Amino acid sequence: MPGALLSAVTFLPGAGGLALLLIPGRRRGVARVAALAVSLVTFALSLPLYFGFDRDNPGYQFEEYRMWMPTLGVSYHIGIDGISLLLVLLTTFLTPLALASAWDGIEDRVEGFVATMLILETGMLGVFVSLDLFLFYMFWEAMLIPMYFIIGVWGGPDRIYAAVKFVLYTMVGSVLMLVAILALYYQYGAASGRYTFDLPTLTQFVMAPGLAQNLMFLAFALAFAIKVPLFPFHTWLPDAHVEAPTAGSVILAGVLLKMGTYGFLRFCLPLFPDASLSFGPVVFALAVIGIVYGAWVSTVQPDMKKLVAYSSVSHLGFVMLGIFTLNQQGLVGGLIQMVNHGLSTGALFLMVGMIYERRHSRLVADFGGLWRVVPGFSALFLVVVLSSLGLPGLNGFVGEFLVLVGAFQRSIWLAAVATSGIIFAAVYLLWMYQRVIFGEITHEANRALPDLTPREWAVLVPVVVLIVWIGVYPGAFTGTTETAVEALIAQVQSKTSANR
Amino acid sequence: MMDAIVFPPVVLGPLLPTLIVLAAAALVLLLDLGPRRIGRELLAAVALGGMVAALLVTLSRWGTTGRAFRDMIVLDNFALFFNVVICYATALILLLSMDYLRRSGNDSAEYWALVLFATAGMMLLAAAGDLVVVFLGLELMSLSLYVLAGFFKRELASGEAALKYFLLGAFASSFLLYGIALIYGAAGTTSLDRIALAMAGRTNDPLFVIGLGLLLVGFGFKISSVPFHMWAPDVYQAAPTSVTALIATGSKAAAFAALIRVLAVQLRGVPADWTALVWVGAAATMTVGNVVAIAQSNLKRMLAYSSIAHVGYMLIGLVAGGPDGVGAILFYLLTYTFTTAGAFGVITLCERARAEAVDVADYTGLARRHPTLAAVLALFLLSLIGIPPLAGFVGKFYLFGAAVRAGYFWLAVIGVLNSAVAAYYYLRVVVLMYMREPEGAATSCVPSFASGLALTIALLAIVLLGVIPAPFADLAQAAVAPLLR
Repeated sequence: MPGALLSAVTFLPGAGGLALLLIPGRRRGVARVAALAVSLVTFALSLPLYFGFDRDNPGYQFEEYRMWMPTLGVSYHIGIDGISLLLVLLTTFLTPLALASAWDGIEDRVEGFVATMLILETGMLGVFVSLDLFLFYMFWEAMLIPMYFIIGVWGGPDRIYAAVKFVLYTMVGSVLMLVAILALYYQYGAASGRYTFDLPTLTQFVMAPGLAQNLMFLAFALAFAIKVPLFPFHTWLPDAHVEAPTAGSVILAGVLLKMGTYGFLRFCLPLFPDASLSFGPVVFALAVIGIVYGAWVSTVQPDMKKLVAYSSVSHLGFVMLGIFTLNQQGLVGGLIQMVNHGLSTGALFLMVGMIYERRHSRLVADFGGLWRVVPGFSALFLVVVLSSLGLPGLNGFVGEFLVLVGAFQRSIWLAAVATSGIIFAAVYLLWMYQRVIFGEITHEANRALPDLTPREWAVLVPVVVLIVWIGVYPGAFTGTTETAVEALIAQVQSKTSANR
Repeated sequence: MMDAIVFPPVVLGPLLPTLIVLAAAALVLLLDLGPRRIGRELLAAVALGGMVAALLVTLSRWGTTGRAFRDMIVLDNFALFFNVVICYATALILLLSMDYLRRSGNDSAEYWALVLFATAGMMLLAAAGDLVVVFLGLELMSLSLYVLAGFFKRELASGEAALKYFLLGAFASSFLLYGIALIYGAAGTTSLDRIALAMAGRTNDPLFVIGLGLLLVGFGFKISSVPFHMWAPDVYQAAPTSVTALIATGSKAAAFAALIRVLAVQLRGVPADWTALVWVGAAATMTVGNVVAIAQSNLKRMLAYSSIAHVGYMLIGLVAGGPDGVGAILFYLLTYTFTTAGAFGVITLCERARAEAVDVADYTGLARRHPTLAAVLALFLLSLIGIPPLAGFVGKFYLFGAAVRAGYFWLAVIGVLNSAVAAYYYLRVVVLMYMREPEGAATSCVPSFASGLALTIALLAIVLLGVIPAPFADLAQAAVAPLLR
């Protein structure tokens, strides 16, 4: 039944996760296999979304609509367009990899872990497919709890502090969004006589520019900016990323952060276009600060995981930069950069996790000369590092190039500063790579490190394939986004000019 | 020839749910006088049967309005909705008490009878159409609860709780009574409908205003809103946990019923200058409750402060007013009752070092030893935070929505920020249960069929109310709409 495909993709993982929790007498091996199977089936189910996707249709596809709370105007309305398609696929793609990466790393309460990961997947997918503000907010909030458990139960030594910080930080941001959602709901209802949380309906609403729109924009933007994280709201990120188990970091960096940038694209721009324009320069500047600041802080990190965590601040700065250029290149670049960051940073976390499992250290200083010991690992690590720093021919270049092309049209100076972020990325990533992989073997303990296992190859190769694929033939991916981005820009322009 | 004294026709229909509860209470006491062989379970079963029957009668009367004793009793949808909340609260607490009493060695017939008497008082409060009945219901409920708070006779703390509750409660009752007297002085009647008529056009009569203020003080005490909340933490902490649950759920719901009816009916068409007062009360109540809860190390005391905070949220609905706002209170009470009764229910099951596990630290590592129980408690706490898709989220959503609709943005902002603060202390318990290893004496869980049933019902209810809230919220709004017309 094609009508419910998107629902099936969204809810299958969560249903599988709940079943794993509720069925008694399970064994950990069974739980691992079952969870991986569920996530793989979910990925398989999500592929028709890509192949069946009509690239020339700017509207929502695979839509499902059912009334849920008629008196309130809440509906179960889901669908995807060019903006959310790639993020849905990224989620279904990364979750099985994350589960497979945790095969040996997680020994404690395995059933709970895999179930939580699956429930988290449903939460994330729900955020990307919801076309009803109430539904969206439910997924947005509900998703916090599984992540909280993943960091807090299966994380590192400081996991409790990191988990609580993560939840409180995100929650303070998102509760204000709830008030803004309600305000928007009643404002639209009062203006049109129809009370609804339906996103496509609400985006038709041309709101007068002014204080009300600005406040609503700020409430939404705060929730998203914390999630992205946009400088200066990033302080939860290093703690959460470093303390989370590898699989958690992969999902956190790969998918969760994108929920913030996605929120800006899906909600802030079309709902509050005037406010987005007037606050645009501020966001633009913060994004550039984030790019440079994240890169600088990464450079001096002694801990590889922390280095990767801070590099996310820098990379997500590029995404925000792209979004707030409000032009075709910038937006498409930002979207592709979201996917790129999910792949490269996800892979970086995976690989740092793999080396940590072998050596129980993530300090750059504890390594050196690994090329001779683990050539397979080193080769893949090189590809991933180069992709993350934006080498032409790999995926990172495509996104950053488009973003900068877009940014130059807005402000040459800020774009020039942002470009320095790419240079710094090369500095911190290559310097780290050099110290870890090249040179003499500095620690005896490193001599006996085993190279990648078949399971680890299986986890990494798909990511590397995609990294090269996007780098060589980006059209396969940018092509799905262009129509939707054009429509978004046209919508923002028509709504802002309607008020002039 | 003198006029014959005309008795009003006696219509007992509207009193039927209350009468059933009272009959069950009497039956429990009678059975206790019988031969010693009568099992303790039978008494509990009779009490429970009474509650189920009352619930069924309540449900069967849905949609009808019964008035009795010259409008002293008004059993309309509003009262019926509260009856449902109260019946569920009491039934859950009866189920939770069965094992709890036996284990603590305090199993006696008076307990069941007193719980039922308190419940009858609550139902009377919900259906009160007259200030005298308000007082009558309040006293029946309160006096029963005073005794119940001190029911663990061998425990000093329990006695202390009862005495504190009684002294402060009596003080509050006298405020209420004085307020009623002043309003009677101003209006010449105690019937809510007739007060509204009598006071129309002269609502600034000082007697009436002062009387109303005193009435609000009395209710403020019963719902434990700031600044009349001081008794709640002490009483909640030291009373038997099952009784704490009843005070936190049923008695709060009943007091809210009376408060809403008095404000809504009596002040119909009156300029709403009391909303400013309630606005401040709501903001203060939720903020004080949440902030002080952070510092608590006793779980029962923490839940006491949290329940104060929840009263603050519900007062938002009163400020917002209209069927939206007041309906949101009713729906919130429904969700809150199941959640709170469930949370206290878990506490009744946990023991550590031969004593009830009431310290937050007693729950350290609970997920290792009793994964199911820990998961259940975690779900109740998450619902109290307001995490979707559990009932607490939808309850808050309706309340804040009503506030935004009525234009009280800042109150809604204070409310949502408060729920973020609340996340901290609820999650602290989850942290202890899931993220730390157990240490010291083991916390044991005493499984029992009745408690398991109660927790299952409460859990199903918070999931159901969270996923398909619309029918219930619509019923709540429909129940208050005629009142506000």
